[in-house]
Amino acid sequence: MVVQHLDGNMLAGPLSEVFAVEPTTALRRCPHCRLVSSLAQLHVYGPRPGITARCPGCSAIALRLARHPDALWLQLGGVEGAFRFPLAE
Amino acid sequence: MRGHWYLARLVERREENATARTLLFDVGEWPGHLPGQHVDVRLTADDGYQAVRSYSLAAPAEGDRLELGVQPVEGGEVSPYLAGQLPLDACVEVRGPLGGWFVWHGERTEPVLLLGGGSGIVPLRAMVRARRSSAARSPFLLLYALRSPAERWYAEELRPGADADGVRTRLLYSREAPAEEPRPAGRLTAADLAGAAEIEGGPPLCYVCGPTGFVEHAAGLLVEEGVPPGRVRTERFG
Repeated sequence: MVVQHLDGNMLAGPLSEVFAVEPTTALRRCPHCRLVSSLAQLHVYGPRPGITARCPGCSAIALRLARHPDALWLQLGGVEGAFRFPLAE
Repeated sequence: MRGHWYLARLVERREENATARTLLFDVGEWPGHLPGQHVDVRLTADDGYQAVRSYSLAAPAEGDRLELGVQPVEGGEVSPYLAGQLPLDACVEVRGPLGGWFVWHGERTEPVLLLGGGSGIVPLRAMVRARRSSAARSPFLLLYALRSPAERWYAEELRPGADADGVRTRLLYSREAPAEEPRPAGRLTAADLAGAAEIEGGPPLCYVCGPTGFVEHAAGLLVEEGVPPGRVRTERFG
């Protein structure tokens, strides 16, 4: 079965919990394939168990996000080490 | 405040076709939104279980009124409930307005190509409405890909042909076309985009929305037709 991806437009809601500005127009150059894309253009897999956003050019992981009842975990880039934002619900 | 959940009260539900519904909500203190933006809708069950889904805003901001387009997904957790069961006057929570990429800014003057597949027409309809009600005179071409006449949204409002405001609309049927339709039913092809890649001498700003397969296919065709990838903005809904 082919896993159908969405795109980074859907990250606007989840990321609004921790970003002060609208984040999906932010640009990033992929360190692997050098493709520049906005956060909205990333290919997104999830949302369960967490969201993984990948470079649309080479599929390298650009961001991972998981919402738990008491916190949002946000990993920037493909290497482990997520930020844990405590959030009330 | 960003990330804030608003209480939204259902005030009207309209049939767009046999399955698709337009839902009108009243949201107190709504900060307004731009054409193309979406909201997250959150439902909470009696036992506390929550489900969140994204829905495109179908119309430009108008006071505290939100208009959402809902296509029920078979076996879905949220969309069949919203489309068929949520009672009038009942409330859901909404978070937004969301998104800044798949947005049309009325002050821009360049030509625009809107390419929607199925219920991907919803945010594009908000852009058409915004264009019609603004002083903007940028040429708009709307290509609306749909399976059959029975699945058409906004039939009264988005008619084939050119309107007085400078919005041109073409319907592209993929499985079943009406008898009077000269284009035989079939998948979107490069021929359907002939002339679309250049409007008034240059590539238009393109907005492509629909199921993932449609968006990949359509955006690929636009680039093959010569539209720079940077001029193609996409939104996939699975």
